[in-house]
Amino acid sequence: MIEVTSLTKRYGETVAVDDLSFTVRPGIVTGFLGPNGAGKSTTMRVILGLDNPSEGYATVNGRQLAEHAAPLTELGALLEAKAVHPQRSARNHLRALAATTGIPDRRVDEVLGMVGLDEVANGAAGAFSLGMGQRLGIASALLGDPETVMLDEPVNGLDPEGILWIRNLLKELAAEGRTVFVSSHLMSEMALTAEHFIIIGRGRLIADVSAAELAAMGPQRQVLVRTPHGDRLRQVLAADGVQVTGDGGRPDVFYVTGMESDVIGRRLLEDGIELHELTPQHESLEGIFMGLTQDAVQYHAHGAHSSATTRQAA
Amino acid sequence: MNTITASNIIDTTNASAPIERQRLGRRVTQWSVTKAEWIKLRSVRSNVVGIAAAALMLVLLGVLFSALGGAEQGPPGTDAATDSLSLVFGGMTLSQLIIGVLAALFVGSEYASGLIRTMFGAVGRRRYVLRAKAIVFGGATWLAVTIGAFGAFFAGNAVYSGDLASYSIGDPGVLRAVLAAGFYGACVALIGIAVGFLLRSTAAAIGVLLGLLMLAPVLVGLLPGSLGDTLTKILPSRAGDAMMSVTSPDTLLSPWLGFAVLVAWVVGLLAIAGVSLRRRDA
Repeated sequence: MIEVTSLTKRYGETVAVDDLSFTVRPGIVTGFLGPNGAGKSTTMRVILGLDNPSEGYATVNGRQLAEHAAPLTELGALLEAKAVHPQRSARNHLRALAATTGIPDRRVDEVLGMVGLDEVANGAAGAFSLGMGQRLGIASALLGDPETVMLDEPVNGLDPEGILWIRNLLKELAAEGRTVFVSSHLMSEMALTAEHFIIIGRGRLIADVSAAELAAMGPQRQVLVRTPHGDRLRQVLAADGVQVTGDGGRPDVFYVTGMESDVIGRRLLEDGIELHELTPQHESLEGIFMGLTQDAVQYHAHGAHSSATTRQAA
Repeated sequence: MNTITASNIIDTTNASAPIERQRLGRRVTQWSVTKAEWIKLRSVRSNVVGIAAAALMLVLLGVLFSALGGAEQGPPGTDAATDSLSLVFGGMTLSQLIIGVLAALFVGSEYASGLIRTMFGAVGRRRYVLRAKAIVFGGATWLAVTIGAFGAFFAGNAVYSGDLASYSIGDPGVLRAVLAAGFYGACVALIGIAVGFLLRSTAAAIGVLLGLLMLAPVLVGLLPGSLGDTLTKILPSRAGDAMMSVTSPDTLLSPWLGFAVLVAWVVGLLAIAGVSLRRRDA
């Protein structure tokens, strides 16, 4: 379990994290999302005890991480890919890390096997691909068999096979009852893994929701209707107070807002309107995420910063 | 769809029950972190080779300077030789550079790769990591350079045939001077570790070390009057020279004062590095 309470982190004038509070619960994968520069890595660095918070605090399994007698057995973290000396072997890298906490060498071989690096474990880690480096990072996160696992952008730069492997691993770890906290700037990736989402922008909490709650936050549903008789479609549905908008590119495509697809189908059948397609449009989680974070994207619009300043002044 | 629902139910059940974990690991201590750093030191070949090279260079150059040296010319970068001992230890100029660079790398490379942050996360108390690196790297160089210093003394003396005063190990202050050479090597290592933690960059740390050990004695000496002389004496390299000398010329502190000044440098820099480590974000 990770608890972040009223966390603020300032670097000089810049506010990286602004009064952020949330709880990451065990047993599920929690996605930590936000545009680049939203404060995800800063938050994780505070949780790991690397950065001192300006205000507030973060605890792991009930205490600040550094106050645990053996932090490695509480929190396994992957913050930087390839945080390894290039001339040291993967096994010696893990043996050194394990030694800090008196973890036996047999556990080193165990995690090497878990991440599939056992055959290259004695070679210099400098020769590792990005994917292998990421696996080694995950091996070091799992070394202490920790209750809580925290990974910063673990799929960055991985090939499809590696991405699939991490997805399954995260789900397994959560299914074992662990707390799994994973950051990403890609909703499309997290949507496949996470059951709960913490979304931040400009260092502030935007949403702390389950996948279902997030889906419900999308805009009103639309139904795509394809028919050669657009005028009659508008006539029939306008009578029911339903909005029909055309599709710029395709003259026979229309979007209907405010009526379910089965009702539309029945109405068109009653009026004998020829119908080629009737498809409810689901807003993807990615679309909802983009909508939520639009205002918080740092390098998005040059007007964004000045409006934030105005709000503060007011 | 059924599978997804089923796994969700399992997840919820597991969430309330404590997970089954291996009983791994013990409390992190200064000793356990020191063991970890010892594994790190040994498992990178350039550390082992480099420390050995620093000791070997001390012997080889000591023999070379002793074989060639005369009264009018000391080893490069030093004053004119006043006795055979300064020829014997002439390799220290190079050895200290090797040690300083290795020490800066021992810390700086971990800042560059991010390994140091993994360590801080695993250990909690960052000063354990500073002390462990100092103990391990300082200890290894102390041992290696002490062996090198004895080698340089005996081998250098054996080939020296010049007119300068030459000594046997039993003469007053000679054993102390040889031991001081090993101690000086360890002090350079510790200064390198401290500067590495302060600057967090190998290149910057090496630059500062070169400046402090090589450039400063020349530049400070250019200051007018007795100010330049006095300040030069308390630089780490000159304090080291003082410990390694048996003749105690006016340009150097007395051996024990040199020892005290060098220890002050090392303890001071390590203390500043420790405070900085606790206060700054990692």
